[in-house]
Amino acid sequence: MSLAAENLGRDAGGRAILDGVSLVVTPGERLGIIGPNGSGKSTLLRLLAGIDRPSRGEVTLEGASMRRLTRRAIARRLAFVEQQAETAERLTVRDAVELGRTPHLDALRPFGPGDTAIVNAALARVDMSPLADRLWHTLSGGERQRAHIARALAQEPGVLLLDEPTNHLDIRHQIALLALIRRLPVTAVMALHDLNHASLYCDRVLLLRSGRVAALGPPAEVLTPATIRAVFGVEVAVHIDPEDGARSLLVKGHIPFEETQP
Amino acid sequence: MRPLVAVPAAALAILVALACGAAFGETAIPLSTVAKTAANHLFGAGFAVDPIDAGIVWNYRLARAVVAACCGVALALSGVVLQALLRNALADPYVLGISAGASTGAVAVAILGVGGGLVSLSAGAFAGALTAFGTVALLARAAGSGASAVILAGIAGSQLFNALTSFIVARSANAEQARGIMFWLLGNLSGARWPDVTLALPVAVAGTLLCLFQTRALDAFTFGAESAASLGVPVRATQAVLIGTTALMTAVMVSLVGSIGFVGLVIPHGARFLVGSRHGRLVPVSAVTGAVFLIACDIASRMIVPKQVVPIGVVTALIGAPAFALILIRARRMT
Repeated sequence: MSLAAENLGRDAGGRAILDGVSLVVTPGERLGIIGPNGSGKSTLLRLLAGIDRPSRGEVTLEGASMRRLTRRAIARRLAFVEQQAETAERLTVRDAVELGRTPHLDALRPFGPGDTAIVNAALARVDMSPLADRLWHTLSGGERQRAHIARALAQEPGVLLLDEPTNHLDIRHQIALLALIRRLPVTAVMALHDLNHASLYCDRVLLLRSGRVAALGPPAEVLTPATIRAVFGVEVAVHIDPEDGARSLLVKGHIPFEETQP
Repeated sequence: MRPLVAVPAAALAILVALACGAAFGETAIPLSTVAKTAANHLFGAGFAVDPIDAGIVWNYRLARAVVAACCGVALALSGVVLQALLRNALADPYVLGISAGASTGAVAVAILGVGGGLVSLSAGAFAGALTAFGTVALLARAAGSGASAVILAGIAGSQLFNALTSFIVARSANAEQARGIMFWLLGNLSGARWPDVTLALPVAVAGTLLCLFQTRALDAFTFGAESAASLGVPVRATQAVLIGTTALMTAVMVSLVGSIGFVGLVIPHGARFLVGSRHGRLVPVSAVTGAVFLIACDIASRMIVPKQVVPIGVVTALIGAPAFALILIRARRMT
C-alpha cells in the first residue's frame, strides 16, 4: 500500500468541493483522475500531495498518516508536478532539476557527487540531457514539462502526482509525454482531461463527479458510453482497433444543456 | 569559485572598503595612518599616530564605515529574501513600505514617547516594520496577489506610513527636532559611533548566517510557494522566519541611520548578474557587495558637495531609481 485515501473531503466557502473519496493506489500502477471541470480533480491531487489539508478523512503514505509526516518526509516519498509552475529567474534546466534534491539535503549533508548522478539520471530519463545547460525561458512548453518531471524524479519518489501534465502541449508532445510517464519506474497518479489519454495510458481510472467518486476501475469498465453520457453529458461510441485491440472513444455529440439544467 | 578563494577575497574586499571609508573625506588621511590607528586599537600595537587623525579615523570614520557595511548587508539580504519569497523582481524593504513603517515606529518612540521610555527606538522601528509589512501583505492579497498588486500595495503602504511620520513630526516636534528627523529620514550616517556598531554588527551577522542557512529553502521558492511545499519546505514557517528576519534587519538599520532606499534592489540584481540566481552564491555575494556598496555610497555622500554631507539615501536613490527603471523594463521583456 503506497498511497491511500480514506473518506476524504474538503470544504471551501461552506460547500463540500470533495467528499467521501476513498481509494488505494496500487504500487506501480498508472491511475488517471478524470471528471468534468470543477469535479474536484485538482483538489483531490492537492490533498493526496499533502499540500492542502483535508476537512474530513485522511491520506496515508506508506501506511503513515499524512498529518503526522513532515513536509520533508512527504517530499522524499512523493513528488508533485503542478500545472504550469513558472519562473522568471535566469536558471538552467540543471538548476531546476537539482531543486528536486532539496528534501534529501541539509546543512550536514550538502549537494554531492551522488546527487549529481541522480540529477543526471533524471535528466536522461526524460531525454533532457542535451538541454541541461539551456536557460529555462528558452524552453518550449513540452520541454518545461519534461524538466518538471525530471525535477520530480530527482526527489526519488515512490509516487508521482501530476496535475494535467499535457495541458498546453500540442498533440505530439502530449502523446510523447504520456508515453514517457508510462515508462517511468514509479507509481503515478495523474489528473487528465482527455478521456482517450486516460483510456490508453492508465491502468485504472477514477471518475469524479461533483466531488464524489462516480466510478473506479480499469478504463474499459469505467469509460462506457452510458457512464460518459451521465457524467460528461456527451454521446460517445467505443471503437476497438482491429489491429492492436486499443480501445478509443469517438465523440458523437453532446446532450443539449437545457436537458441537464436542474 | 571555491570557498577557499571566495572567503578571503570577500574579507579582503570588505577590509579595503572599510580602510577607504576611514581614509577618504573632507581631510584625506593616508591609508598607513588608518592601518596604524586600527592596529593600535585592535591589537594595542603602540604606533605613533597624530592624535587628531587617530580620533577622526577611529571615533568617526571607522565606526561610520562599519555601520554602513552592516546596513548594506542587511538591506541587500532583505531584498534577496523578499524577491525570492514574493517572486517579484521589484520587491525590497523600501519599495514594500517596510522602511517607511520602521521610520513611523521609530519616530513614534522618539517624538511621541510611545512606550514611556521602556521601548527602544529599534523595538519601535521593528513593530512599525512588521505592521507595515502586514498591512501591505493584506492589501496585496485583497488586490489579487499579482506581481504588480504587491508593488502597488507597497506604494500605498509607503505613502500611508510616510504620511503618518510627517503627521507625527508636524504635530509634536519642535522646529529643531523636525529638521533633525527629516534629515535622518533621508538616511544619515553622520551620527554613527561605536555604540551603534554593537547593535548593527550582531544583527547583520546573525541575519547573514540565517539567510545562509536557508539558501536551499530560498531556492525551492523558484517555482512558487506550492512548488516549495512539494519539495519538502515547511512554507509557512520558512516565510515567517525569513520575513521576520528581514523586518528586524530593516528596522534596526532604519532606527540607526534612517531609511536608505534601493539597496535591496540594486545589489541583488547586480549579484544575480554576476553569479546567477542560485541562493547558495547569491546570498554571500549580495551580502559582501551590499557592504562594499554602502561604504562607497557613504564616501560619495561626503565628497560630492565640498564641505557638505549629502544624505546617503539621496546617493542610493540616484543610483537605485534608474536601476529600478531598468529592472522594470527587463521584467516586461521576460514575460
